[in-house]
Amino acid sequence: MGVFLQYTVIGLTVGSFYALVALGYTIVYGIIRLINFAQGDLSMVGAFLGWTLLVSFGFEHLPIYIALVIAFVIPMIGTAVINIGILQFAYKPLLRRSLLAILITALGMSLLLQNASELIWGPAIQAYPPNLLPLSGFFIGPVHVTYVQIALVIASLLLMCGLVAFVQGTTMGTAMRALAVDHDAARLMGINVDAVIRVAFVLGAMLAAASGVMLGIYYVQIQFTMGFLLGLRAFTAAVLGGIGNIPGAMAGGLLIGLLEAYTTGYLSGTWEDVVVFGVLITVLIVKPTGLFGERVAERM
Amino acid sequence: MALLEVRDLHVFYGNIEALKGISLDAQPKQVVAILGGNGAGKTTTLRTISGLLRPRSGSITCDGKSIVGVPAHVIVGLGLSQVPEGRRIFNILNVEENLSLGGYLMRSHRQLIKERKAAVYELFPRLAERRGQLAGTLSGGEQQMLAIGRALMSDPKVLMLDEPSLGLAPMLARSVLKTVRRIADRGAAVLLVEQNARQALAIADYAYVIEVGRIALEGEAAALASDERVQKAYLGGFESVGSA
Ligand SMILES: Nc1ncnc2c1ncn2[C@@H]1O[C@H](COP(=O)(O)OP(=O)(O)O)[C@@H](O)[C@H]1O
Ligand SMILES: [Mg+2]
Repeated sequence: MGVFLQYTVIGLTVGSFYALVALGYTIVYGIIRLINFAQGDLSMVGAFLGWTLLVSFGFEHLPIYIALVIAFVIPMIGTAVINIGILQFAYKPLLRRSLLAILITALGMSLLLQNASELIWGPAIQAYPPNLLPLSGFFIGPVHVTYVQIALVIASLLLMCGLVAFVQGTTMGTAMRALAVDHDAARLMGINVDAVIRVAFVLGAMLAAASGVMLGIYYVQIQFTMGFLLGLRAFTAAVLGGIGNIPGAMAGGLLIGLLEAYTTGYLSGTWEDVVVFGVLITVLIVKPTGLFGERVAERM
Repeated sequence: MALLEVRDLHVFYGNIEALKGISLDAQPKQVVAILGGNGAGKTTTLRTISGLLRPRSGSITCDGKSIVGVPAHVIVGLGLSQVPEGRRIFNILNVEENLSLGGYLMRSHRQLIKERKAAVYELFPRLAERRGQLAGTLSGGEQQMLAIGRALMSDPKVLMLDEPSLGLAPMLARSVLKTVRRIADRGAAVLLVEQNARQALAIADYAYVIEVGRIALEGEAAALASDERVQKAYLGGFESVGSA
């Protein structure tokens, strides 16, 4: 039982990162039926931007709170700008064309980010400052919980709450939900559809960047290839929760995190991807709307 | 000069010319009916005025200013609002949220939004009772009220309605059209697209009959209602006005 709970703590921590990336997939898909496959790589870019600030620029030596704010906020802004660039130059000209063209372009954007990152930061593994947050923790019964885990999970939850508050509580957020239903009707309300789509891309990128920095802090090691598997796992999480469904993406992320932790713990790390993608394929075949069903009208 | 002036509008879907020179006027406090059979070009006319479609040629002016080429979301802010065919309410949002989106352009003016919502609820008390309910769960009549209320949130100078009585029981249809008349009496110019010619002419001041993209006939509503050709084509008969 103690072992099981220990895996659960790990799974929830990692799952909260997946949830953040999955939210990016789901918000964008909900609005324009586009799977932004660059989502995982945006997370990787965020991780490297954070690393550059902390290590290359030496901000790790600043007081911890200031260092953390810089290491999160600037990468979030940076990747948002990148994602807007991708939207404007790669996706926008194709939005009225075939879904296949957009899908292939999205894969291309993923590769572009990977290769550009390799060019900028090199192919080697880089390391986040290992002692940025206290490494210690405490025991709850037999379960060891680190302060890093608690801090990262709380940060993820705060970001998710912020997103929900925005989407549910503001008129702009209401407009985002309206776009999931009917673009032309939204235009007739005076909603600038292109502007709302840009907001969705900004939000998706910011969540991805935050998760990337968190991954760096948690695992310490980062590499330009890390976005690929992360993206696929988060995509699985989004599909599992019902793509287009915001609470579904959060639940899906946590479930995939747990699944991964249990697999690694009870079987072995080599089975992790087999299980996760087995889930993806099973969901797609058995219940393509995901566990919680797609909230938005089907238009594909 | 009329508040809304449409002149010689030509609109294409690909190579197909859907509007072949439509001209019409609307004045404040007027209900202007646009009649015509299925596929005549009524919806295309409204969508073009709203900026969802771009005309190949022709002019549209509101208050003397051209609105051709202005994006749809900006046209709303110029005072032209549309209740689209099939209502197209946001079914996953509740009544209150649908109305909020109707006032999207004034979203920072909380007090104004509140007042306009109150005005809509006064016009349609049924909506007030259902303000927290998902729009998709409303009855057809309530959805139409919501679609109209949503369009009124921007306090339009020109209100366009595309077949608002479609699919409603006769009594409900009459009550919706009565409300449309009231909206015009309060000062808006109303463009009313209807297939239900008899009821539309009963509340309209002026009417146009569109056939295959052209104005086939126009005149005072009362005169058209008693016009033999209109009676034959739209008030019981089957022939078109052109062939009568
Ligand atoms: N999206 C479209 N693509 C191609 N043709 C269209 C489209 N919408 C309407 N049409 C055609 O344009 C003509 C006018 O249609 P419409 O304006 O919807 O007529 P109405 O509203 O009077 O029934 C019809 O012949 C219709 O088939
Ligand atoms: Mg029509």
